[in-house]
Amino acid sequence: MYRYDQYDHLIVRERIAQYRDQVQRRLSDELTEEEFLPLRLQNGLYMQRHAYMLRIAVPYGLLSTAQMRTFAHIARKYDRGYGHFTTRQNIQFNWIELEQTPDILTDLAAVEMHAIQTSGNCIRNTTTDQFAGVAADEIIDPRPFAEILRQWSTFHPEFIALPRKFKIAINGAVEDRAAIAVHDIGLTAVRNEAGEVGFKFMVGGGLGRTPIIGSVINDFVPWQHLLTYTEAIMRVYNQFGRRDNKYKARIKILVKAVGAEEFARMVEAEFADLKDGPETLTREELERVAVWFNPKPYKTLEAIDPLAANGQNAAGDKAFANWLQRNVKPHKVPGYASVVLSLKKTGVPPGDATAEQMDFVADLGDKYSFGELRVTHEQNLVLADVEQSKLYEVWQQAKAKGLATPNIGFLTDMISCPGGDYCSLANAKSIPIAAAIAKRFDDLDYQHDIGDLELNISGCINACGHHHVGHIGVLGVDKDGSEWYQVSIGGAQGNTAAIGKIIGPSFSAPQMPEVVQRLLDVYLKNRVEGERFIDVAQRLGIAPFKEHVYATPIPAGELAVGEDQYA
Amino acid sequence: MLNNHKQIIKGREVVDDDWSVLKLDEGQTPEAVEIPAGKIIVPLPVWLAQRESLAAREQVGIWFAPDELAHTVKDDLDKFSVVAVEFPKFTDGRGYSIAYNLRKRLGYTGELRAIGDVLRDQLFQMYRCGFDAYATREDRNIHDALKGLTVFSETYQASVDDPLPLFRRQARGALPEHSDVGAGI
Repeated sequence: MYRYDQYDHLIVRERIAQYRDQVQRRLSDELTEEEFLPLRLQNGLYMQRHAYMLRIAVPYGLLSTAQMRTFAHIARKYDRGYGHFTTRQNIQFNWIELEQTPDILTDLAAVEMHAIQTSGNCIRNTTTDQFAGVAADEIIDPRPFAEILRQWSTFHPEFIALPRKFKIAINGAVEDRAAIAVHDIGLTAVRNEAGEVGFKFMVGGGLGRTPIIGSVINDFVPWQHLLTYTEAIMRVYNQFGRRDNKYKARIKILVKAVGAEEFARMVEAEFADLKDGPETLTREELERVAVWFNPKPYKTLEAIDPLAANGQNAAGDKAFANWLQRNVKPHKVPGYASVVLSLKKTGVPPGDATAEQMDFVADLGDKYSFGELRVTHEQNLVLADVEQSKLYEVWQQAKAKGLATPNIGFLTDMISCPGGDYCSLANAKSIPIAAAIAKRFDDLDYQHDIGDLELNISGCINACGHHHVGHIGVLGVDKDGSEWYQVSIGGAQGNTAAIGKIIGPSFSAPQMPEVVQRLLDVYLKNRVEGERFIDVAQRLGIAPFKEHVYATPIPAGELAVGEDQYA
Repeated sequence: MLNNHKQIIKGREVVDDDWSVLKLDEGQTPEAVEIPAGKIIVPLPVWLAQRESLAAREQVGIWFAPDELAHTVKDDLDKFSVVAVEFPKFTDGRGYSIAYNLRKRLGYTGELRAIGDVLRDQLFQMYRCGFDAYATREDRNIHDALKGLTVFSETYQASVDDPLPLFRRQARGALPEHSDVGAGI
């Protein structure tokens, strides 16, 4: 993975000094809270319901085991012993003291990390495929380009106070695992007929109040022009994006207002001035960065059947077989596989990990995966380079620490924002809903029968839990001061991205498990061979689901987890 | 209404200043507003409405509101002694692009002054986008604000201050043998 050179170190070091001084000025009241707010936001520090939350950047979701151990250290020393992995492949800590934040940044800098631009109205962490570099279906490794974008966007002087936040995602594989269609800029690395590498630029996708699938404005921008073309988009947006209403300030609203064609023309006009200018990437710079992402020193192995090859115990173990089926992904090198460690164990808020688990995962990374780890945007962790013959060992150890729930891609592998238990923006709690649903559908055989199903929960319209693109999406809404949940179906991420449709009036929290049950009943009754929930939902539309869900009064179940348990 | 900052930052120094910024009061129109004698920075619409008489003055300046575009005055830039850009609040970043366009697109080389909600923590990016004068908010110590200009000694991207990005300026890639990051900052 990328290592800082002397300039990266210098910039981060000077940033800490600047931020430490800003905190000092806030504490001495030289800065008002209003003035301090955009400064701390640029550094990932939010005021939450109970305390400050610090979001730390994990660039494109890739981290070293030393970095993971630093998270464990931060969880112990400055927080309450755990952290929360986010849908932007970052980590956040929810119980932070303002006075200690400069010291946390200092600890992070020692392992080449920071919290720069993890919030605020600026360019955020560029996200990508969690299997970048190892996926069997990869065409181009997107990570060198993500790193180049990271450096270019860090403290960009002109784009530091945009109308709204700005998120970029890159995909380089056949299957889009980076949700590019719902990003401000979604990049697909492609090869043209001459074999040259470039990017397809999709702009103006997004979730939130106005969910929109992005529009392609250029099918092929040669890689040399990645930064200049992006700069052209940013300058158009900075000048013309709306600033009168924060809910209409994302680039998607601008693209929609002027039309994708006109927007593309505006970008081209801007780009004409920048094209071939000094920000044009050189092969030398690309190679300097790309060398850090070279393939690992893999052994020459033959592909094996892990079930058969891990001994008698493994072959007879149904739980191991389940885990292999759900949590182990194909690798492009024979004899290797990628392992997803589930952070979705029933009873634990999705994406949460304890300091002990972090240290443990770091140990696994050192022992089995070249000292590297990844965070997925579905809020799980990945060991990308595990020898197939070691899978049984890895499984046994992960299982002992509660990290081997064989539910990747299943109903209980939910995406959920922290919701009203923590977040001051939320209209409703998310975690207790996730917990109640997880408890109701804990039975793995039933989950296997249901098959692939993405259930996403957001506690408010900001859609941090990506509810619009969940096969089942749950959105917390506020009605007369109490918490209600609106349900949509038919949303999808990836190559066939779609925005879900709302099935009808919202539900109370205790009704939610039964609502999900009824949706599943309709699916099970109507599916034909091999159809997933999403296929049936898209084939039949919402009508039969709606009819069944609202046919009879919905009994309220018990909520498994209240706020107190996580407060 | 005329606003005057007794002192501003110019380059990297605090200097006395005798320019006044004209803002239209309610009821005043760009066409009819009377421009007092002296060194006045007028709103862009006033310049457009009274171009001839203003151009005849010995010295005149204009200021841009954030929703105005640099190229509106692309043929007039040699007539101004100062061009100012207003930042109505810290979080409105349009002025950075106005500055960029004035310098890079239109080749403006005269004084470019940031006015409005201008505070220490914006000065570095303002400088990078081409500002060379800063009328910092008068309720804050202007000498403290000077520190905002020297926050970073290296930057990744090209901008007005440096037309080359880091990767074209420096041989990159050396790993420090001992990182002192994290030690006693």
